Amino acid sequence: MRAISALDWRGTDGAPAGALVIRGARVVDPREGLDEVRDVVVREGEIAAIPSAGSGEVDGAEVIDAEGMALFPAFFDPHVHLRTPGREDKEDVETGSRAAAAGGYCGILAMANTDPPVDTAADVSALREQAREQAAVPTGFMATVTKGMGGAELTEMSDLAEAGAVGFSDDGLPIRSARVMRRALQYQQLVRLPIALHEEDPELSAGGSMHEGEVSAALGIAGAPSVSESVMISRDIALAMFEEASIHVQHLSAFESVSTIEHAKAYGIRVSCEATPHHLVLTDESVRSLDSRFKMNPPLRAEADRQALIDAVRSGTIDCIATDHAPHTSNEKEVPFEQAAMGVTGLETAFSVLYTELVLPGVLGLDVLLERLNGGAEPLGFTAPRIARGAEANLTLCDLDAEWEAGANGWESRSENSCFAGRRLRGQVLMTVAAGRVAYRQRSFAMGVAPSGAA
Amino acid sequence: MRHLLSIEDLERADIDRIMERAASFAEVGRRDIKKVPTLRGRTVVSLFYESSTRTSSSFELAAKRLSADVVSVKSSGSSVDKGESLKDTIATLSAYAPEAIIIRHPHAGAAKLVSGWTDAAVINAGDGKHEHPSQALLDTYTLLDRLGAGEGKPRTDLEGKRIWIVGDVLHSRVARSCALCFRKMGAEVTVCGPPTLIPRGVADALDVQVSYSLDDLAEADVVYALRMQRERMTDTFVPSIREYAVNYQINSRRLGPRQLLMHPGPVNRGIELSPEVIDGPASLITAQVESGLVVRMAILYELLAGGEPRGSADAELPAPTPIGEPA
Repeated sequence: MRAISALDWRGTDGAPAGALVIRGARVVDPREGLDEVRDVVVREGEIAAIPSAGSGEVDGAEVIDAEGMALFPAFFDPHVHLRTPGREDKEDVETGSRAAAAGGYCGILAMANTDPPVDTAADVSALREQAREQAAVPTGFMATVTKGMGGAELTEMSDLAEAGAVGFSDDGLPIRSARVMRRALQYQQLVRLPIALHEEDPELSAGGSMHEGEVSAALGIAGAPSVSESVMISRDIALAMFEEASIHVQHLSAFESVSTIEHAKAYGIRVSCEATPHHLVLTDESVRSLDSRFKMNPPLRAEADRQALIDAVRSGTIDCIATDHAPHTSNEKEVPFEQAAMGVTGLETAFSVLYTELVLPGVLGLDVLLERLNGGAEPLGFTAPRIARGAEANLTLCDLDAEWEAGANGWESRSENSCFAGRRLRGQVLMTVAAGRVAYRQRSFAMGVAPSGAA
Repeated sequence: MRHLLSIEDLERADIDRIMERAASFAEVGRRDIKKVPTLRGRTVVSLFYESSTRTSSSFELAAKRLSADVVSVKSSGSSVDKGESLKDTIATLSAYAPEAIIIRHPHAGAAKLVSGWTDAAVINAGDGKHEHPSQALLDTYTLLDRLGAGEGKPRTDLEGKRIWIVGDVLHSRVARSCALCFRKMGAEVTVCGPPTLIPRGVADALDVQVSYSLDDLAEADVVYALRMQRERMTDTFVPSIREYAVNYQINSRRLGPRQLLMHPGPVNRGIELSPEVIDGPASLITAQVESGLVVRMAILYELLAGGEPRGSADAELPAPTPIGEPA
C-alpha cells in the first residue's frame, strides 16, 4: 500500500505544511471505532494527537473552531475523468481536482480515455508533471490496458508502471476480446498494479442509451439490458480466477452484477468493485423526463437494481463509492436524449447526495457511508485515510446541518452536467485536508461566517 | 393545451375536445369552400428531420385550410445538412415568431426539448420511436366515426372494444401512441408480434396484454397492423420476411367479417397485410388518411385558437366559420 501523499499534487511544492488544530468537532472514523467530540492536531502532514476537546495546542498552529461540525477521514475517488489531454473544454487537472477538493476528496484517480488516450510512459510523465503544478488534491493517472483503447494490443504496461501509472483501465469501453483480457491479467503478475474494468458486452448493449425495461418500452428508446454488464463480469471473474489475478469492477449498476460478484468474493476470487452515487440514488424513472442529464453509461437501472446496490454497499460486497465524474460541454447535452453524451459530474455532490438521500432517511448508516467513500483506496493500492495518531492527515470537515442547493453557487468543475443540480441537499463540506495540507475551504467558512443557516 | 408532445401527457378531456373539434371540421370539409379564416396572418413552421409524405402534407394542408402561412423546412438541403444544431435551428426559425412548430425528428424527446427553446406551440409529428400523437388521435377519430353510437350519433369512447396492434411494436412510435390513446378511450389493447419485436416490460409500460401469436385474434374488434420495416431483417429480429408473413400477416383467412382493419401506412402489400384485406370492406386505411386532415386542423385549432374554456368554466367555444359565409 502506498500513501496518498505519494500521488502528485501542487501541495508538495513550496513551504512545509503548517500545523493545524481542528478544535471541538465530532470526530468520526468507523474503522477506528471513533465517534466523539475531540480536537485533532495535525503536524508535519500527520495526525499528531487526538486529545479531548479544547486541549489541543501547538505553537504557531492555525486553530480552526469546528464546534458543532463533523470531522471524517477524507474521501478517495478511484474513478474520475479529468479530460486531459485533449478535451480541456470539458475539464482539466486543475478544475477537476478543485471539484474533488470541494467534495471532500483527498485523492482521485483519473481515467485514461482521453483524446488521445494515455497509453505511453511519456503521456503519464506529462500528466504527473501537470498534476504537480495544478492538482488541488493528490491525483493519480491510470493508463490504458490496450493501445489507443483499440482492444487489440496491450500497452507497454511495465514501462507505464515505471513512469508512475497507478493502474490500468480502458474505462469508457469494455475489453471486447477475452484473449486480450487474459493476456492483461497474466501480465499483471509482472506489473503488480490494479486493472479496473468497464464491464459491458457491446453486442448486447449495442444501440442502447438507457436501461432496457418498462421505462425504455414506454419511451421507445433502445435499451442496454442488465445482462450486458453481468455476462462480461462473469467472463472476467472466470479469467481472474484462472490466472489468479485481481480485478476491480467499475460502476456496478445491475442486480445480476451484484450477485455475480457476491458469489465470486465468497469463492475467494480477488475482485473489488464500486458503485456511483447516481446509481445508488436514482433509477430509470428519472429518464422519463428525457432530460439528458440522466444519461450515463452504465445507465440508471430499475428500483430492484438500486436496492441490490444499496444492500451490497451495506454488506461490503461493494467495496467503495466512486463518482465516475464525467464532465461534458453543454452543447453535448442540449440535444435529444439518444444523441446526448453519456456521463455526469459527481465529485462536488457525492457526500451530500448520499447523506441526504440514504443516511438521513435511515437507509444507510453514516459509518457505512464513510467507509465506502474512501473504500476505493485499498483495492487500488493506497492506504485508506484514517483518523489515528501517526496516520497521514487526510480529513474532511463537514457541517451536517447545512442545507444548500446543488449548483446554486456554480461549480468548481468546468462542466455543469450534474444530475443533482437544483436539489436541496443536507450536509456540506467545509474544508478538506489532503496529506496534511488544507486543500479546500468553503468560501463562507473561510471568511469565518457561520455556515449553517448562512448557506 | 400548450403543446402536443405525446399522448402520455394528454388528459381524456383534451382528447375529447380534439375529437369534437375534428367532427366540426369534417362538416366544414363537406362544404364547397373548405377554408376557414381562423389562423389568418399567423405562421406555422413545419420542420421535418425525417422523410414523410402523409404526415407532413396533412399538417401543411390542415394549416392552409385554417388560413395560416406555412413554412416547410426539410433537413436535407437546409442548414441542418451543414451541421447546425437543433437548438440553433429552432432559434433561427423562432425569429419569424411562428405560432406553431410542427417537428418530426429521428430521436425521442426532440419535440419536448424544442418546446423549452421557443415561445411557439410545439406539435410532435413523430420523435424517434417514442410517440406520434397526431397519428393516434386521427386513428381514434377514425374508429369513433366508424363505430358510431347507433341512431346516427357519434361515439365518444372505445369502452368494451378490443384492439389488437400487430407487428413490429419495438420500433413503432405509432404503436406506443395508439396503445396509450386507445387505453385512455377505454379500449382493451393487446400488442402482438414476434418476441424479438415486443419490448421487454411493455405490458406494464403501456398497460396492455401481450401475445406472440395470432391464435386469439378472433377476439379483436379492431386489428391495427404495423408497418414491417425490411431493414429489421438484417439485424436478425426475424429470420426472414417470408416467415414473418407466415406467422403475422393479416389476410382474409385470419380477419373475420366483423373485424375492422387499420394501418398507419405506408403498407407493404403482401407482408403485413394481404392485398385483399387492404382493399376490403373492413379496411379503414383510406378513412385514416381522410381523418388525418380534420384531426390535424383540430390540433392546430386547439393549440392556437383557444381550446380550453377561458374565464367561465362552461364557456362555449365559437364554431369555426367557413370563409365566404357571414361570421
